[in-house]
Amino acid sequence: MIEIERLDDVARAPAPGPDVRVLAGGTLVMRALNYGGHGIGRILRLTDPALREIHSEGGGVRIGAAATMADVLAAPDLAALHPAAQVVGGPAIRNMATVGGNLFAPHPYGDFAMALLAANAQVHWADGRAEPIEAMLGARGRSAGIVAAVTVPRLQHSEFRFRKVSRTKPKGVSLMSIAAHLPRAGGRLGDVRIGFGAMGDRPLRATGAEQALSGRSLDPAAIDAACAACLDGLAPADDPLASEWYRRQVAPIHLRRLLEEVR
Amino acid sequence: MSSVEFRKELFADERQDDLKQIGRPAIRQDIRGHVTGRTAYYDDHLFERLLHMRCARSPHHHARIRSVDTSEAARMPGVQRIVLAKDVPNNLNTLLSLINFGKDDEPLIAGTKVSYRGEAVAAVIAETELQARQAAAAIRVDWEVLPHVLDVEEALKPDAPQVNAVYPDNTFDYEPYDHVKLRFGDVHKGFAAADEIVEATYQMSPIEQAPMETCGAIAVPETADRILCHTGTQALFFSLGTTAKLLDMPSSRLHFVGGTVGGGFGGKVDSITEPMAVLGAVLTGRPVKFQWDREEEMQVGAPRGAERWVIRDGVMRDGRIVARSFTGYFDSGAYTRLSSYAGTKGVGHLPGPYSIPNVAANVFCIFTNRTPATAMRGFGITGVDFAIECHMDRVAERVGIDPISLRILNAYRDGDMKAHRRTAKNTALVECCQVVADKAGWRLSAEDRAASSLTGTTAERQAIPETALDEEGRIGERRAGRVTGTAPTERSTGRLPAGTRGRDHAAIPVQRPDMEILSERVGHRMPDPAEAGGAPPLAAAAPARPTPPAASPPPARPASASPPPASPPHAAPAPPPAPPRQPEPAQPAHRSEPTAPTAPARGGHDPAPPAQPKPYEPDKPFSRGVNRPGVSRFLTGRRR
Amino acid sequence: MPKIPVRFTLNEAEVGLFVEPQSNLLEALRRGAGDLSPKYGCGQGTCGACTVLIDGEPHLSCLTLAEAAEGRRIETTAGLAQGSSLHALQTAFIEGFAAQCGYCTPGMLMAAKALLDRNPRPSREEVIDAISGNLCRCTGYEPIVDAILAATEGRAA
Repeated sequence: MIEIERLDDVARAPAPGPDVRVLAGGTLVMRALNYGGHGIGRILRLTDPALREIHSEGGGVRIGAAATMADVLAAPDLAALHPAAQVVGGPAIRNMATVGGNLFAPHPYGDFAMALLAANAQVHWADGRAEPIEAMLGARGRSAGIVAAVTVPRLQHSEFRFRKVSRTKPKGVSLMSIAAHLPRAGGRLGDVRIGFGAMGDRPLRATGAEQALSGRSLDPAAIDAACAACLDGLAPADDPLASEWYRRQVAPIHLRRLLEEVR
Repeated sequence: MSSVEFRKELFADERQDDLKQIGRPAIRQDIRGHVTGRTAYYDDHLFERLLHMRCARSPHHHARIRSVDTSEAARMPGVQRIVLAKDVPNNLNTLLSLINFGKDDEPLIAGTKVSYRGEAVAAVIAETELQARQAAAAIRVDWEVLPHVLDVEEALKPDAPQVNAVYPDNTFDYEPYDHVKLRFGDVHKGFAAADEIVEATYQMSPIEQAPMETCGAIAVPETADRILCHTGTQALFFSLGTTAKLLDMPSSRLHFVGGTVGGGFGGKVDSITEPMAVLGAVLTGRPVKFQWDREEEMQVGAPRGAERWVIRDGVMRDGRIVARSFTGYFDSGAYTRLSSYAGTKGVGHLPGPYSIPNVAANVFCIFTNRTPATAMRGFGITGVDFAIECHMDRVAERVGIDPISLRILNAYRDGDMKAHRRTAKNTALVECCQVVADKAGWRLSAEDRAASSLTGTTAERQAIPETALDEEGRIGERRAGRVTGTAPTERSTGRLPAGTRGRDHAAIPVQRPDMEILSERVGHRMPDPAEAGGAPPLAAAAPARPTPPAASPPPARPASASPPPASPPHAAPAPPPAPPRQPEPAQPAHRSEPTAPTAPARGGHDPAPPAQPKPYEPDKPFSRGVNRPGVSRFLTGRRR
Repeated sequence: MPKIPVRFTLNEAEVGLFVEPQSNLLEALRRGAGDLSPKYGCGQGTCGACTVLIDGEPHLSCLTLAEAAEGRRIETTAGLAQGSSLHALQTAFIEGFAAQCGYCTPGMLMAAKALLDRNPRPSREEVIDAISGNLCRCTGYEPIVDAILAATEGRAA
């Protein structure tokens, strides 16, 4: 039978084994449990109140792993990320789904993690390790541990854009989602980061589009180049929502809309 | 708040306008329960020591079951009972057997073979739902995976995998053919005379009803050796009868409670959860709940089946459609359920609401290794309507006519003869087109604006033409490779004389006198042969000896003992034929007919029906129409 | 495994239950506390039929571990009326024909109540967002949105 254990102090967490799941908001683990909990041997239930805190730290903002989407939406420091938090489910889901959980949400979920990828967040593990979110997502499923928090740099709201494409509104699963960090200095773009959700088995960066934009001004020629290169780094697949072919066809179109919205 | 708009100026003289409810706001009688959370759906009943039942299901589209190993599952915590095919007393059924339509073709729990992904092979009954789920996952099945077929036209090929052993040709039997035939006029002659031929194929995918409440039932042993069953079924007595049959149990032992349904849309008629829960309660002696989760509802719940339609129109340059043929494929999935009925019902709807002098249709109900299909909101109609209306637009484009104008030109008028040999009445497509065009700001010509459903019929539109007959596609011919075509054939083997109206289904003697359709109780006027103008009258010309039904061999038919192919579709609307009467043009629509002096409703059939009701026979076994030998032994109930 | 105790308030009444450790709040409310107003629709956070308020905010009870309700304040549709006098939302749903099969209604009402408690004069867009996690398969969204708007302050009759 599946054991459930409270974890009041995340720093004293036992080393998780392969059949251990961490329960925070419940939108993934409870769903699995409702459907039989196959493959789950033990559930660690996060109850450490420190994990829900959001506060400034250095030049950025630290978001506890158990902070919910509603918590993010209530934090003025995180305004740039509000559009991404706002599209996670309906209000009830946003009261439950956590930032830490979103890092582990399988395709086609994980729009918020994708936004964190574009924001170049750092992931802090409960054992003290920290690593860039891209590395954490890349090893997802192969590494074990409990995420305690993520830190995001302070983002200018005007330099961060998010777009979710879904068939139903306001709540629908992503056909794809896009986030772009477009820092500017002296009329030119700095180091651009563009993330795509639901265009692979995890949030991925559109490295071709990033290179086409970084260091250039955001003019039609640069947008054309970014759209032409936007599939570099992405690995879309067929799923019940859309085919790989469709996703490849529309990805440049939605990236163009997002970029033109910025100008 | 209502967005309903009444167009009372239309057909004003045909309508009573002293209605007390229609057109007025109403408070639902059940809504107070809904908003207080007190409406009791099937699952809103609490029972001590409730057990939970979950199925182990096939991961394959098509596979033989070599063996089922339940030893590990049986040892798991909380498990009370494992249920296999052998535990189902009469493990073969078809839903419509209760009305004597179709052959038993589907097990409740598969024992030897699965024919669609998600088909149940075993069930576990345990103390908690989680225990039942985990034990069901521990059931090991040794599968021999078989080739499968998922496409209707692939399934018709002689070498296609055989989906359902009861229908070895992968087609439902519409005796004597493997499809439903509709023949009206000579469609190929019509094509030859047409200026343009427009042909296209339309395809609809399955659609899940997806009710908010998933299918389920709770069965509870009662005193007096009865089983109480709370169920979300849309068809309470259908589910009761099906349970009685599958479990070989007198229906008097079953106490079904239902009628409060958390959304159905057709998906809750299939009567699977009720026999499962009742079987569980019988085997354990405890209350048992069998509830589909959302994944089962989507994967196993029978959807509106996929349909494919090939429509071929012969059109004149002025927009008149002079011939239309259909080749229809209903994807029944692995078992019949209600798709056999979708086929006949769909054919009864052809060729859509248009007056077309030459119509032919071949419509197949085909077995594939997909989830069985069933009822859903107008099933059998919605798909072909989509196809027809898409096709009308295509035709309009080809001949360069405004699409609404094309519809008004071809729309039925009162008095037109329909392809299944009934006179069109209460038609209203012309007016619908006019209102829609008005609403959409679409300009219509003065002629189209002046058109009316009440006028415009002609002797030609009222006539039943000479009809070309054929006998292609008898059951088994396709599998044997003797027939390959699916469209209505050009090789006619006989002619049905003009004016032959066809068999009147309402004329079939009813089983009990109290089932007789009485015109004054139907609520609308009976068809009046006098109104049919040039159409050969059914009864008026020879009231003493009504027209023989089309089912009797027409003169030109080759000598053959087989039934003729020209029968109108089974699903044709079957109003009782009109008794002969004096023309009374001003008679209001809602008044009852005068009593017929003879009994023309049964005119085509002899012997004449009994003049008096049969005396009540309490010793006669209670039968729901399942009377084929060896099919069911549930006929143990007695009339009370 | 032994059952575990859990205590919370349900519609202002104290409730104490023993629940299976893995069981969700929906089952605890329905079969434990006997409040059958929240419904099972999907068990996966898609449909919203099981929506209840926890400390005033909408949550999906099917995705909430029963044990996590310890010490919380839970509201369901069964507690919406005050005695025999219906809540303005209930009245508006009745008068506006805002339920057909009724299965989504308890969840809809809780989602709507959470909105109106926080924002007594929402816009139509805010109403739509508030019930965006609640599916109605009878396709009655228009009358539902209209009824919630009708129940807002100053618009109720």
